[in-house]
Amino acid sequence: MTIAFGNPDRPNSYIGKTVPRPNAPRLVQGRGRFVDDITLPRMAHVAFVRSPYAHARIGGIDAAAAKAVKGVLRVFTGADIAEVCTPWVAVLAHLKGLKSPPQHALATDRATWVGEPVAAVLATTRAAAEEAASLVEVAYEALPVVTDMMSALDETTPVIHPDLGDNLAFRRLHDEGDVEGAFAGAHAVVSARFRTARHTGVTLEPRSILVDWNPAEGQLVAWHATQAPHMMQTVLAKHLALPESRVRVICGDVGGSYGIKVHVYPDEVATAAIAKIMGRPVKFVADRLESFTTDIHARDHIVDARLAVDEAGRILAFDVDDWTAIGPYSVYPRTSAIEGNQVVNLCGGPYDFANYRARTTVVFQNKTPTCQYRAVGHPIAVAITEGLVDMAAAELGMDPVEIRRRNLYADDAYPATSPAKMRFEGLSHHASLDKLVALMDYDALRADQAAARKRGVHRGIGIASFIELTNPSPFMYGIGGARISAQDGCTVRMDPDGSVVALSGVTEQGQGTEAMLAQIVAEGVGVSPSEVRVVTGDTQVTPYGGGTWASRGAGIGGEAALQAARALRDSILEVAAAMLQSEPGRLDIRAGAVVDPDTGEERLSLAELGRIVYFRGDTLPKGLPRELVQTRHFITSEYPFAFTNGVQASYLEVDVETGVVTLLKHWCVEDCGRIVNPQLVDEQIRGGIVQGLGGALYEEIHYDEEGQLLNGSMADYLVPMAAETPDMIVGHVETPTKESLLGAKGAGEAGTAGAPAAVMNAINDALRPLGAQVTEMPFTPERILRALGAIED
Amino acid sequence: MKAAVGGYARARDLRHALELLSSADGMGRVLAGGQSLVAALNMRLTTGDILVDISALADCRGVADDGGTLRIGALTRHAEIGRDPLVRAHAPLLAEAVGHIAHAAIRNRGTIGGAIAHADPAAEFPACALALGAVMRVEGLDGPRDIPVEAFFRDTFETALAEGEILTAISVPKAAPGEVQVIQEVARRSGDYALAGLCLVRRAGRHRLALFSTGPKPMLATAAMAALDGGDTEAAISALKAEIDPPSDTQASGAYRRHLAGVLLRRAVARIEGGTR
Ligand SMILES: Cc1cc2nc3c(=O)[nH]c(=O)nc-3n(C[C@H](O)[C@H](O)[C@H](O)COP(=O)(O)OP(=O)(O)OC[C@H]3O[C@@H](n4cnc5c(N)ncnc54)[C@H](O)[C@@H]3O)c2cc1C
Repeated sequence: MTIAFGNPDRPNSYIGKTVPRPNAPRLVQGRGRFVDDITLPRMAHVAFVRSPYAHARIGGIDAAAAKAVKGVLRVFTGADIAEVCTPWVAVLAHLKGLKSPPQHALATDRATWVGEPVAAVLATTRAAAEEAASLVEVAYEALPVVTDMMSALDETTPVIHPDLGDNLAFRRLHDEGDVEGAFAGAHAVVSARFRTARHTGVTLEPRSILVDWNPAEGQLVAWHATQAPHMMQTVLAKHLALPESRVRVICGDVGGSYGIKVHVYPDEVATAAIAKIMGRPVKFVADRLESFTTDIHARDHIVDARLAVDEAGRILAFDVDDWTAIGPYSVYPRTSAIEGNQVVNLCGGPYDFANYRARTTVVFQNKTPTCQYRAVGHPIAVAITEGLVDMAAAELGMDPVEIRRRNLYADDAYPATSPAKMRFEGLSHHASLDKLVALMDYDALRADQAAARKRGVHRGIGIASFIELTNPSPFMYGIGGARISAQDGCTVRMDPDGSVVALSGVTEQGQGTEAMLAQIVAEGVGVSPSEVRVVTGDTQVTPYGGGTWASRGAGIGGEAALQAARALRDSILEVAAAMLQSEPGRLDIRAGAVVDPDTGEERLSLAELGRIVYFRGDTLPKGLPRELVQTRHFITSEYPFAFTNGVQASYLEVDVETGVVTLLKHWCVEDCGRIVNPQLVDEQIRGGIVQGLGGALYEEIHYDEEGQLLNGSMADYLVPMAAETPDMIVGHVETPTKESLLGAKGAGEAGTAGAPAAVMNAINDALRPLGAQVTEMPFTPERILRALGAIED
Repeated sequence: MKAAVGGYARARDLRHALELLSSADGMGRVLAGGQSLVAALNMRLTTGDILVDISALADCRGVADDGGTLRIGALTRHAEIGRDPLVRAHAPLLAEAVGHIAHAAIRNRGTIGGAIAHADPAAEFPACALALGAVMRVEGLDGPRDIPVEAFFRDTFETALAEGEILTAISVPKAAPGEVQVIQEVARRSGDYALAGLCLVRRAGRHRLALFSTGPKPMLATAAMAALDGGDTEAAISALKAEIDPPSDTQASGAYRRHLAGVLLRRAVARIEGGTR
């Protein structure tokens, strides 16, 4: 079974083309169906009473005033919920030593961050629930607060969970080769402390869930804005003591997720528990303010790192000491150790070198829990790696492009295993860099930079190569004991009118999954994409699968869809051959009709074939298989992850009097293997870049020493807007993975992975003649001026 | 979050609006463009307000030529100010300021009266009014009164407006021949409130310099103004840095804002002297 992907004129050549997104008109016409759009009979609304303290013992809860509010049905405490809902512990066996205490849906005895839910109010309207929630009186006894990351393990620091012994959640050291020897013998060593700020995902649609418990059926149905419906099915079943088969999770339109919606949130589980207790539908939609204190945060890292090079600029060794603080709990079920673990896995990723030491230290603190957010760990690892590489180039007086050319894995070096023990099937670092240099007209840009400098205008060019982990196998979560599927499935069926329905276990979050699936199925079967309707996000309907995470939709879900579509094609042709007294091999399906492959002449429309199969089956030979429904599953097996690669560049201007950075242009060349839909891939890259720019220039959650979140609104937590976003030029190199027929790897996180490092390097390129350097993100005007020594306190 | 509003009434005319306010038992709240108030309601920063919607008061909207002054109705929208020919000719500072205020959608609804009555220390229009030496036209049930801008802004979100009064118009002196007016600011993102900003007006050789986002209310930098009148820009910058005490927040420290004020003044001076920035 092969497809001539290289030939754009092949029949049904939808894979590789930009085809319209089937759900776009619906969404732009306001006819989407998000959780908040769903109203059920007898539906009630829940609002949560949240801890105003970062750490406090919970005394009595007085709900008398709350219960008096018109429309209030009931007020729940942690103890009430604990009666029907068991706590969870977010550890994974393969993350050795990771510890975390049991976490309840509503805090029972202690609140451990500002925003943790401690009580819930159910009412007939959201307004009444909120009003009443503000009247619930909780007697808090303040406890010592741990906020600082670097002193969390000090003897004098209070231990947040005394049962765990200390504030260390996880530590991993990876040591390869002779790091000390390499540094001792190095021609040059550069080092820096890097800092990435605490971010959150700021999805357009906030977290939302609507749960209905039907005691007559013994079934719980959750309409949920989630990336992983099957994972949630398991979680809700397990903690509400229901059989998995009696939990159905439906995930309709989702307004962006970026990893935020792949985790288990206590308020969402509490909503399900309340629905079960009350026997009526209960809706929870987070508002923007509570999203800031309860959506997972990410990226809060401080990293001391150094790099050793020889006089030719060859990398001898990386030495990385990463610290991150994750809040009071590891987040269920993926855990909060993954981000630090990724930093260890990914530093130095693009480069062929021998000696590598990296350690991550993951500590508890009293802030909002952190967990996986788009490009998990990548922006940190890329910033460290690329920041140091540029510093080394400057130290040696070498061009940043040149030092990369000298160190990137050669394009014919694969398969290769990195010193971090990551296995690469096939990457294209040099081809990508060459393409980038050509796209940006590197030499002309350098000339422009020099000319600007003469006018007193400080411009900088920053380059960042990167690798991205996609298409994960069970090595990511499954081997650690989590019921999170790395496999995904697709069922494709032909209906009597010749149209096709595809049911897939991967989910649509707004990124275009359904468009991608439709065009793959269209090509696989031989119909137009408009003849394919895609169903995703319903655990009772679609094949079992993992959903959306780790850039797996096209690579895993797309391959399952392609194989199922090809299988359906074979079934159709078998029937057609019988009807036409031909052989399957002498027929093809094109544009919804069975044709002669040589002449393209139509022999039989699929609608006619459908009519015969479904209504006049009596006319077909007895015993002829006529299964016009096929299901296939796909899982990778050769490599734990399909790595992709790419390189980004930023051109920007720094106003050295105000510290303001103006982005002039941004480029990205990436290799996600087979491109299924160029526009969707480019949109993923651009959207990802914008999120990375946010990390580089704007986004930072601030806490005070008492653990109070200081900027929890869209007015104060700055995300990049259209006016700040430069033109982005996106180019591609295609190195398909050989693990699948489709050859697709992931593209969802590459933009976010590389953009912050490219911007950092560009700023430092602009500042270097002035003797300044910044490594603490975001690069605010103030941080830049402080680096320049321009501010007197 | 859901707003908890005490009530809503749409005023037919000014008198009606004032009566509605006085019958609201201290809970009355004028609703103009809603671009600050509705956000505050939706975050439950204020609850129980009885909203008196004045947006239909046609008399309070639009720009009129009053001879030596322009009379700008309080309900004139930011976007209207930005394109009004009288404003562009006689108070160009206000027109330029509009480009710095928020985004198009907000400028289409927000009103100059709302911005001035709201008295956000980071807002542009209050500082413009101060730099221009405007007079606030206020109406209460007891009749109208005029408040000079210097006496109008009292503290963060606090003005000389008394309970039950409505700001009806702002009168600004028309620019004198040769007068130059510029506004300079730095914001983190386009449309954000400024980290620091200033308005500089040179009228008949004398300067007025109004700062915003550098303290609890817009302020005239009188020492810097004197130095500018004396033709000494560097002295003016030093004086400015000494006479402001900007706050620190999550976006920037007071020290950064002080530095920035100096940079902005140098740029503003360069502009009024014919530079390009
Ligand atoms: C995202 C965003 C960004 C913004 N950025 C900026 C910015 O960069 N710069 C800036 O200056 N502003 C900014 N604003 C605020 C905007 O300019 C508002 O329009 C303005 O502050 C208030 O005007 P309004 O007509 O909307 O008043 P409203 O919101 O209706 O009222 C504001 C307050 O003034 C009172 N009030 C209104 N009119 C009168 C009156 N005639 N007499 C007495 N009291 C009255 C109200 O009772 C209320 O207390 C921003 C707003 C948003 C939402």
